[in-house]
Amino acid sequence: MAFPLSVASPLAVSNVAYGLGADAAAGRPLAANDANSLIWWHWVGQHLDDIGTDLARHLELTVIAVAIGLLVSAPLALLARRYRALAGPILSVSGVLYTIPSIALLYLLGPVTGFLSFLTVEVALVTYTLLILVRNIVTGLESVSEDVREAARGMGYTNTAMLWTVEIPLALPSIMAGIRIATVTTIGLATLAALLTQGGLGDLILDGIGRRFPTPIMVGSVLAIALAVAADLLLLGAQRLVSPWARARRPA
Amino acid sequence: MSFFTDGANWHGGNGIPNRIAEHLYLSGTSMLVAVLIAVPLSLWLGHLGRGGLLAINTSNVGRALPSLALLGICAQVLPKGYDSPWPTIAALVALGVPPLVTNTYVGVREVDRDVVEAARGMGLAGRQVLWQVELPLALPLILAGLRTATTNVVATAALAALFGQGGLGRYIVDGQATSDEARMFGGAVLVAALALLLDRLIAAGATRRSPLERSRRGGTVARVEQQAVRAESLTGAATQ
Repeated sequence: MAFPLSVASPLAVSNVAYGLGADAAAGRPLAANDANSLIWWHWVGQHLDDIGTDLARHLELTVIAVAIGLLVSAPLALLARRYRALAGPILSVSGVLYTIPSIALLYLLGPVTGFLSFLTVEVALVTYTLLILVRNIVTGLESVSEDVREAARGMGYTNTAMLWTVEIPLALPSIMAGIRIATVTTIGLATLAALLTQGGLGDLILDGIGRRFPTPIMVGSVLAIALAVAADLLLLGAQRLVSPWARARRPA
Repeated sequence: MSFFTDGANWHGGNGIPNRIAEHLYLSGTSMLVAVLIAVPLSLWLGHLGRGGLLAINTSNVGRALPSLALLGICAQVLPKGYDSPWPTIAALVALGVPPLVTNTYVGVREVDRDVVEAARGMGLAGRQVLWQVELPLALPLILAGLRTATTNVVATAALAALFGQGGLGRYIVDGQATSDEARMFGGAVLVAALALLLDRLIAAGATRRSPLERSRRGGTVARVEQQAVRAESLTGAATQ
């Protein structure tokens, strides 16, 4: 039983809607590259290597940025806690830096760290993680109740020991939340690294823009969003793991 | 810095004033549409207490959306992607809506329930409670959301230049195409300055609007008021 597919049939309409083009609408087998479709799977298949390289590079940029961000924010956060007077300036400076549009910062750093260089990209990405991480680390440490600290002091813990064995573990949920937000933000910002010829998923997007070719734009965009969502979920799971008491407190 | 001293950069279609105007047009239109879409809806949702999960998670989703990707998708999927500013504006609206939705919703929910009950007890109808009580008290958070949204939109509007649009991003993109470092740097300075300026403006507007903030801040008005109270309590009837 084969009904001929006319252009008006629902299957034909949905085929066109999914960008499969006139061939599918008429029920003919798909030609490899239909000019109307958004994603030429044929092209995707041929360029899996490039896509993989860009994806790996994107991850590399993100992981380095968040790792360095943590290394820089942790001491800053501890300083802000130890010397109250520093807390205001540290938070407001990172706040101002955070407000600067990322594309602007990438080029503002040019005279200092080089236009179109890897260092510039990483410095910019790290800068944007600073506010999030410093704020979350400070909030996390401050959320440790004074009773707990007094008990620890009473048990003979020195300040340093208390920091590492009591305060940081209790602050971990907030710190993990900060890492999660910083990572997701950085994944989004790292798409701009391609503007500075440093690779990453933005490369696919820019390639597509240059050639008015939708496929790499769609592939790059979808992968970037998927990567951000995946990282968010993964780190959310990690965040839940380090806060077992929050789980216990949740109403059944 | 030679970018700013070159007279040619201050005149004409590619001049700084025109580019700033274009940038403001793109950002302004998008913010207007975003506010019209996001704020009334979230005010109402917050007032009713419905749709909380959705409202709070839109900002998580919005944060995960890379702006370049969003612009790219809009330019390709929507008609006349590279020839008209509307696909760009659509993407900018999509970026501006999440912070506004979340902040407005949370702002209304955070209003002290006692105050709302008192208002209802005084006989105010639902809509009056929203407009006369919840909205003014939620304003600081709403304006904070406006700040975030504006920064996002102004920043991404700079990327619009990649899609054939105007605006301050044109200096950055064209500068890179011609390896003109002064132009790239100049464009970056302008974009950063515009974003910071708008951020400061909204922040200043926010602190001035909330009467609660005003009295708590201890500024001149608050000090004068405190002084008047003190004077009155000391001299009693004499000040009258």
